[in-house]
Amino acid sequence: MKPITWQHALGALGLGLLVWGSAQALLVAPPDRHMGDVSRIISIHVPCAWVGLLVYTIAMVLAVGSLWSGRSRWDAALTAAIETGLVLTALMLLTGMLFARPTWGVWWTWDVRLTTTLLAFVLFAGVLTMRSFLEEPRRRATWTAVATIIAWVDVPLVYFCVRWMRSIHQVQSSPDTIDAAIYWPMRINAFAVLFLALWFIVLRTRVERLREEVDEVAPPAPVVTAA
Amino acid sequence: MRALRQTVEILRKDLLLEWRRRARLVAVLVFAVNVLLLFSFALGADTGTLAKATGGLLMLTLLFSSILALGESFRAEHEHAALEGLLLLPMHPVGIFYGKAVANTLFLLLLAPLLVPAALVLYGGALPAGQLLQLLALWAAIAAGLAGPGTLYAAMTGRLRSHDVLLPLLLFPLVIPVLVAGVRSMSLVLTGDPMAQLGGWVGLLVAFDVIYWSLCGVLFPYVVEEP
Repeated sequence: MKPITWQHALGALGLGLLVWGSAQALLVAPPDRHMGDVSRIISIHVPCAWVGLLVYTIAMVLAVGSLWSGRSRWDAALTAAIETGLVLTALMLLTGMLFARPTWGVWWTWDVRLTTTLLAFVLFAGVLTMRSFLEEPRRRATWTAVATIIAWVDVPLVYFCVRWMRSIHQVQSSPDTIDAAIYWPMRINAFAVLFLALWFIVLRTRVERLREEVDEVAPPAPVVTAA
Repeated sequence: MRALRQTVEILRKDLLLEWRRRARLVAVLVFAVNVLLLFSFALGADTGTLAKATGGLLMLTLLFSSILALGESFRAEHEHAALEGLLLLPMHPVGIFYGKAVANTLFLLLLAPLLVPAALVLYGGALPAGQLLQLLALWAAIAAGLAGPGTLYAAMTGRLRSHDVLLPLLLFPLVIPVLVAGVRSMSLVLTGDPMAQLGGWVGLLVAFDVIYWSLCGVLFPYVVEEP
């Protein structure tokens, strides 16, 4: 395999942007009039949410490609995307909880936005769990793709539910409703998280492909259980 | 047209098998009544609490029973490779899916006439006489919501040794919208709907059914056809 260099450029760019965006959010942006310094957490919470949903959508596209082509490289990238999506959703839920406690007064509430997000996490975690039970590569790839497409149906629901139903979570903001000092750090961090996510996906895909190569050369010994 | 005829044939075969053995039906019914009993012990003998929770407890009973019923539904097909035989006939996988899914829906629908009266007797509620038809239609929509994706996942997990673990793991998070909408609409039918909220919840149920019955029908061939 070729040595990887451009992928690390993605990572470096992501990290650099993250430092810049976070510095803007923590040092330059003014504190919120009502919430104070607590509000600064949105400049990482919102990017995690955006990129998380985007990565799940990338996973869905990869799943369709995997079913359509039957090539194992799609499957490796699909697994990488689901794992990255799970990390981002976990970060989104975590930062959301940290934000909710001082502003809403609770760590968690059964609101439609929160519930559908948690649902996405559990659904995609279920896909990975199922995957770990399957040993035959072709079947594992097909079933992972099928389960991913089914799980993805929740993603548009996460995005649009705040418009369709009554929710304590605010609807999507736009630059018209936020000051530039707030949305610029958020935008910079969004690109930072996006580049980092792509970096993780590329690296994780490579690990998965290497594992496949190892399995081809030296297949894992069948598990023998004592009678 | 041929797919439709095959759907009907599979449905006829499943219903006939079910009728000849009746083992699955009896087992699931006994299990469901056990679950209803367990809930009343878990919540205590307070009829006020139980009556208020009847809709939710009924839905959970149906959900747990459906795991048992769906898991069994593909056992006959996986034993002696009957599914491969059906595909070689040749039978279109889409026909097999919809035949099985309708059979499973009817099976879950069959639980209603026993479970609803049993729950009302045990938990102390009254069956609204004028709304019997409404209740049955609602139960059918809920049963279809569980049976559609459930049939697909049962086909996938049925041939694995760890299917008892995987089927609930994949199905439970997926059908949470059915559970939420089912509980709310069931409670509204059983205890009255002064705010006219029923329409929205039934809409959610129907949307779920339409989306997943179409999607699972498209994906089913990938799951059963060996590469």
